[in-house]
Amino acid sequence: MNEIYSLIKSLSILERMLAFVLIAPLAGGILAGIDRKVSARLQGRYGPPVLQPFFDVFKLMRKERIIVNKFQDFTIVLFLLFTIFSGALFFAGADILLAIFGLALAGTFFILGGFCVSSPFSHVGAEREIIQTVAYEPMVILMAVGMYQVTGSFRVGTIAQHHAPLILYLPGVFAGFLYILTIKFRKSPFDLSMSHHAHQEIVRGITTEFSGPALALIEITHWYETVLLLGMVYLFFAFNPLLGCVVAMATFFFEILIDMNYARFKWQLTFLSSWLFTAVAGVSNIIVLSLIR
Amino acid sequence: MNALIFLILFPLAVSILALVLPRGLAVRKFVGVFASIILCAVPIYLLATNLDSGPAYFHLESTFVNVSMLIVELLIAVFIVFVSVRSGRYLPVLLVVVQSLVMVVFEVTSGHGMKVEHTMFVDMFSIIMALIVGIIGSAICLYAIGYIPEYHEHYKDVKDRRAWFAFLLYLFLSAMFGIVFSNSLMWLYFFWEITTVCSFLLIGYRDDAASRESAFRALNMNLVGGVVFAVGLVCLYSSSGIMELDKMLRQAPGAVLLPAVCLAFAGLVKSAQFPFSSWLTGAMVAPTPVSALLHSSTMVKAGVYLILRVSPVMEHTAAAKMLTLIGGVSFLITALIAISQSNAKKVLAYSTISNLGLIVACAGVNTAAAVWSAILLIIFHAVAKSLLFLCVGIIEYKLDSRDIEDMDYLVMRLPKLTAVMMTGMAGMFLAPFGMIISKFITLKAFVESNPAMAIILAYGSAATIFFWTKWMGKIMSIRHGVTEVMEHRVSRWEWITVGILAVATVAVCLAFPYISFHVINPYLKEMFGKTPVVDTFNVLIVFIIMLGLLIVLPVGLLYYAFVDKNYKRVGTYLGGGNIDTITFEGAMASTQAIELKNYYLERYFGEERLFNAGVFASLTLIFIMFGVAVI
Repeated sequence: MNEIYSLIKSLSILERMLAFVLIAPLAGGILAGIDRKVSARLQGRYGPPVLQPFFDVFKLMRKERIIVNKFQDFTIVLFLLFTIFSGALFFAGADILLAIFGLALAGTFFILGGFCVSSPFSHVGAEREIIQTVAYEPMVILMAVGMYQVTGSFRVGTIAQHHAPLILYLPGVFAGFLYILTIKFRKSPFDLSMSHHAHQEIVRGITTEFSGPALALIEITHWYETVLLLGMVYLFFAFNPLLGCVVAMATFFFEILIDMNYARFKWQLTFLSSWLFTAVAGVSNIIVLSLIR
Repeated sequence: MNALIFLILFPLAVSILALVLPRGLAVRKFVGVFASIILCAVPIYLLATNLDSGPAYFHLESTFVNVSMLIVELLIAVFIVFVSVRSGRYLPVLLVVVQSLVMVVFEVTSGHGMKVEHTMFVDMFSIIMALIVGIIGSAICLYAIGYIPEYHEHYKDVKDRRAWFAFLLYLFLSAMFGIVFSNSLMWLYFFWEITTVCSFLLIGYRDDAASRESAFRALNMNLVGGVVFAVGLVCLYSSSGIMELDKMLRQAPGAVLLPAVCLAFAGLVKSAQFPFSSWLTGAMVAPTPVSALLHSSTMVKAGVYLILRVSPVMEHTAAAKMLTLIGGVSFLITALIAISQSNAKKVLAYSTISNLGLIVACAGVNTAAAVWSAILLIIFHAVAKSLLFLCVGIIEYKLDSRDIEDMDYLVMRLPKLTAVMMTGMAGMFLAPFGMIISKFITLKAFVESNPAMAIILAYGSAATIFFWTKWMGKIMSIRHGVTEVMEHRVSRWEWITVGILAVATVAVCLAFPYISFHVINPYLKEMFGKTPVVDTFNVLIVFIIMLGLLIVLPVGLLYYAFVDKNYKRVGTYLGGGNIDTITFEGAMASTQAIELKNYYLERYFGEERLFNAGVFASLTLIFIMFGVAVI
């Protein structure tokens, strides 16, 4: 583990960005495969092979492009590009706020993609996606604020090398982040805008009008995003790299478990509970930190 | 000094020309264009000559100027009394009488002994304000040339007083230059009152019941601010015997706290912070150039300008904390209210109050980093927000509506204007544009000094994302079939202005490092003795994103529009019952058309409830602010 860690530290910024661009989709795809396998086992099914997400994406890539308007796929390309860019910034050790704002920009392109096709199903999906964004955004920013309070820096590189365990100072922030992580992973009970399961009342939500290669890109973007979010989880435990990785994986399985056990919330409950949970766990943690300092 | 006096007198001369030149004369437009060029050029010249230098003070003592100012003030007072009595409103009369009595008694009792050493001054902050007033102000005056004829075509029953309109606009510009260059507080007060009157008259331009109501509301509130301003001046003079801005800042902080709080209060009213926000949302009845000029980019900025000027006096006091909180409350609550609004101009108004709130909060925090972000916010907001107002002004007459819900498929009906509008909206909330850069810096400033404000900022930014994104989505939606393109009906004057401002929105972001190092840093050095450290790596990344967008967006759009041919185009999915792309077969073989509406979440973000909450919270804070200043 320590060898890997020192290897990562020896890389230059551009090399680290490149490493993320190349490795993240592989890791994300395998995680998605594990997700499907574990979910299936929890439901008493056998489940697809772990590499199935890759097969799916390759197959989608070869499908005919069926579109509603000429520019809808462009929004998805931008969604992918800016997600990769934010992730690369994060793993290069740059400012965490930049990564967060970059991710918000990427998300906006995705929402605009859902709006521009003007289909009723994707319109409702896009509206719900906005509500989800608004629900998780305060907590994401507060996470960065909390990390700054402990380490004195917004740079991921500095935060990751902080000697003391962040989790001891930021238990509330971590709990709040776990809560909104379910929204970001698009897991039940918060998979309002689109779901991996085609059994919802708004068909496929925001992605209703996207098919073939565009859908493949959305899938790949989700892989990148998964790796980036687990990287944020890792930061809370970065004082011990091995522990960090273990906790990141544990978080991932925890989210699968939540997904299995909950029915979907309404958007009202999603929104209010997220803001409330952010206030109770995140805000109180940050205020306590500012008072003891 | 000549440049400063020129900037005050030149618009005044133009305004008088606008009043006397007969209507329909081609020379009128020529004068307008000429004035715009001059008004852009002189502040740039001022910037070039004062670059990297400290503040400069000038003496201009003249009994003639002082007496004429007093006479004009009294004339204005008489005019307001006349107008108010004519429409049967007596509150403004009372306020004006009180205000005039305070000022006249003050002048008579202490006017002779008063020594004002430096009446005018110029530093980097005034130059930034002058640039905003000059460039945006003159661009909007050009826009008005195209807008006003259309306005009167639309509202045939409104009396055509376009010469009067032009007169007020240029008079207002003159007063704005006066505000930013005055060091003598008497002068500042004089120009301050002129902007109040201009705003009152311009809001009431349409002269129907609704606009008269709004105009008087704005007048009442701003007169309250004026009275408190006057009281502050009297307090200042009687306690320390000074009447100059720079000397006031050099007093021991405790000695001039009450005057500073009075001035800050006047600033809060002018920048429409809670509890005085209702005048700004009411002011949206005014013609769009007025909303863009007075009520988003310049006059309301004079409010925060004054607050930023006096906030050093309040440093480390409870009053400053209250000021921060008032800004925070205004920022958060108006951002939330904006979610529930579908009237485009009202959304813009609430968003303006929200951003001004953030600036006030920065002024309250008053560290080098906070003031830095406050000035950046002033610049970026002025450009992007005036652009958005002007776009809405154009759309209003093309679609006969200013309701966001009527802006479906706007990208098909007014494609270029939609692109411009998207730039403006992105400028308001998306990376890598100005406002998000400033919020980024603001967040850092808050985390260091006041984590509670960081929390407010986190929630407020989330709310901001909500109302901008859904508006963007609305105008971006595309559907099959022919839609009438109406872009050719936009006047040339309007195109020039929105073009300038759209380029400026991008340019100020690209010029951000330059503005920061050469324009804002000298000011901060003067004020705080140090400048905030800029992370060059972050600046570089922002630059890369910006350039990336500037390259990828046009290339991508062109590729998908012309090169990409490998697709099959189908209609949207309507549950399998499509008749065509926008109608489907409903129950009993009926034909149903689809209609897409946005979420406004009235139940959660309803205007009335939140507004009242904001008013009560901020009233309490204001009383505390005065309480701690008096003790």
